[in-house]
Amino acid sequence: MQFLFSGLTVGAVYALVGIGFNIIYNATSVINLAQGEFVVIGGLMMWFFTESVKLPFFISIILTISTAGLVGLLMERLTIRPLKKTDLLLMIMITISVSIVLRGLLMFKFGKNSYSYDPFTEGEPISIYGAIIQQQTLWVIGVTALCMVLLFLFFNKTLTGKAMKACSVDSTAARLVGINVSRMVMLSFILSAMVGAIGGIAITPISLMAYDNGPMLAVKGFCAAIMGGLGRGRGAVIGGFLIGILESMTAGYLHSGLKDAVALIILLLVLFFRPSGIFGGSAAARLRKF
Amino acid sequence: MHKYVTKGGQMKRVTTVCALIGSLLSLIITGTTYAAEPYRIGAVFSVTGAASFLGEPEKNTALLIQDQINKAGGINGHPLEIIIEDSKSDETQAVLSARKLIDSDRVLAIVGPSTTGESMALVPIMNAAKTPLVSCAAGADITQPVKERYWIFKVAQYDTSAAEAIFTYMKKHGISKVGIISISTGFGDAGRRALIETAPQYGMAIVADEKYGPRDSDMTTQLAKIKAAGAQAVINWSVGPGQVIVTKNWYALKMGIPLFQSHGWGSKKNIELAGKASEGVIAPLDRLVVWEKIQASNPQYKLLKKFAQDYEARYKGEPGTFGGHSYDSIMMVADALKNAGGDKKKIRDYIETRIKKWPGTGGIFNMSPKDHCGLDKTAFEMVVVKNGDWEILK
Repeated sequence: MQFLFSGLTVGAVYALVGIGFNIIYNATSVINLAQGEFVVIGGLMMWFFTESVKLPFFISIILTISTAGLVGLLMERLTIRPLKKTDLLLMIMITISVSIVLRGLLMFKFGKNSYSYDPFTEGEPISIYGAIIQQQTLWVIGVTALCMVLLFLFFNKTLTGKAMKACSVDSTAARLVGINVSRMVMLSFILSAMVGAIGGIAITPISLMAYDNGPMLAVKGFCAAIMGGLGRGRGAVIGGFLIGILESMTAGYLHSGLKDAVALIILLLVLFFRPSGIFGGSAAARLRKF
Repeated sequence: MHKYVTKGGQMKRVTTVCALIGSLLSLIITGTTYAAEPYRIGAVFSVTGAASFLGEPEKNTALLIQDQINKAGGINGHPLEIIIEDSKSDETQAVLSARKLIDSDRVLAIVGPSTTGESMALVPIMNAAKTPLVSCAAGADITQPVKERYWIFKVAQYDTSAAEAIFTYMKKHGISKVGIISISTGFGDAGRRALIETAPQYGMAIVADEKYGPRDSDMTTQLAKIKAAGAQAVINWSVGPGQVIVTKNWYALKMGIPLFQSHGWGSKKNIELAGKASEGVIAPLDRLVVWEKIQASNPQYKLLKKFAQDYEARYKGEPGTFGGHSYDSIMMVADALKNAGGDKKKIRDYIETRIKKWPGTGGIFNMSPKDHCGLDKTAFEMVVVKNGDWEILK
């Protein structure tokens, strides 16, 4: 039971990062490898607003999410937009360089220390069937669920969301039916930066945040997204929790030194036998660029 | 055409002015020049990369000491010049840096590197170049076997000394079964080995041996396993956020058994980050971290106070154990330069035979031809966190 809760804690983090990957992927077919940095921005800016500037909690959250959105917007306008050719590989390389630049800037501002602030609600950890779960973990899971529901509604019920989806399937066709593709791409970067930041805000009281946490988060979140089938919001969430629980179970029943290896082996197996992810339809996968 | 000529003329004037300013500046600088040649020593620190938490305070300390020594007139009239190279936490880069320092800068000795791996990579080079190295890393292999480490010294306490300090304390308090949890980096692995090696001498049984990665965010699984294995205490061996997360998880689980940390725990930042979860955590720390709590009669007290306060004033932070290692290594070389002069062999011999009862930040050093570190478990105080502050345990 304890192992399961521990896995849920870790999995929720992976899931939130995974969702961020999916948003941009859905609009552009690009894997944004700076996704981890968005999470770091969320955690560090939240610290900055609450602990350093000493603003109230909710104002800090709004400011942090807006800051991240702005970073996402700038990233798209300054690096993705000016591209003449929309070469996928080139775009992915650009996201890598953006992640390095962001990491540098974050180090400059925050130094190499880890930061943390108080959990959302004070109080003793909750005990269920003899296992312990921290209150903040419940918050993280709740926030993940909320993000998932909101994004589901956005992509399936609103015109803008549907338009964004259309851009991913075929940007030329989307343009032909009158969708402003460039705006949709921009929106997707803003949205995924915001989701990343929300994740960062929620997990920092548990895991602490330092300027260089991004790459590891990106890798694990990417695994979650792949496992659930790229582009599928729910898939990423389930994939994230699955990886988290698997890691924790491995650490608990086999050996803690093996946990990363087992998670990655499972990921490889999924890629070998179900490249579209556990929840991805194979027909949709064939239409994808990669 | 005319226009261009004018511009050229202006250009020339600018250059002349620059040259004038330049020569004036050099006059000012040469005004304080010393009669003697500078003593050059090299420093290889992991200023960036994975081990930057070591290299950063080490570099700061080096700059601080260089300024202090030179302001006080240098070493016997020779100014001290410390050439700092960033090894980027990488063995290959450390080797290249050392080569550059030896071959082109012609340094008399090198201090650093920050990590055991990088220090090991420099051993053959230093021996071949017959240049003394005073490492800031902890690994026992750096100075053992001493016969093959003729030119190599180190100032960081042995990991086994920290392990012995913990076990001595445990034995006194009737603990005999421990569970260990360590980070899967060089620091954690070395500590884990030290614990496993020294446990039998103290009659300790290691009932659980768990690990976690440097970026892991939850260790409750490992801790739950340790508890299930019947341990009477947990020892965590790591630096960085991992030790704070373990502390938080230990607190959340209400494990009912004490948590011990390694000597990497010695930063007020950790208490701040872990909050009330850190209450009761015990660790072997060197006296630099707890200088305010030791007796003024302690031979280390005066230098610890001065160093900690000077560092704080200049960098607005604590030097920590690792800044202390840099202080010890440089002061040791400076001491050798002062008493033995600018000769590599004489520096080496001085450090090996004359550094006796020598107070540093890491402890009282007693170098000998048999021991090129000169510290043992007495370098540590067992320190508990109480009311958000350190308290030395008797």
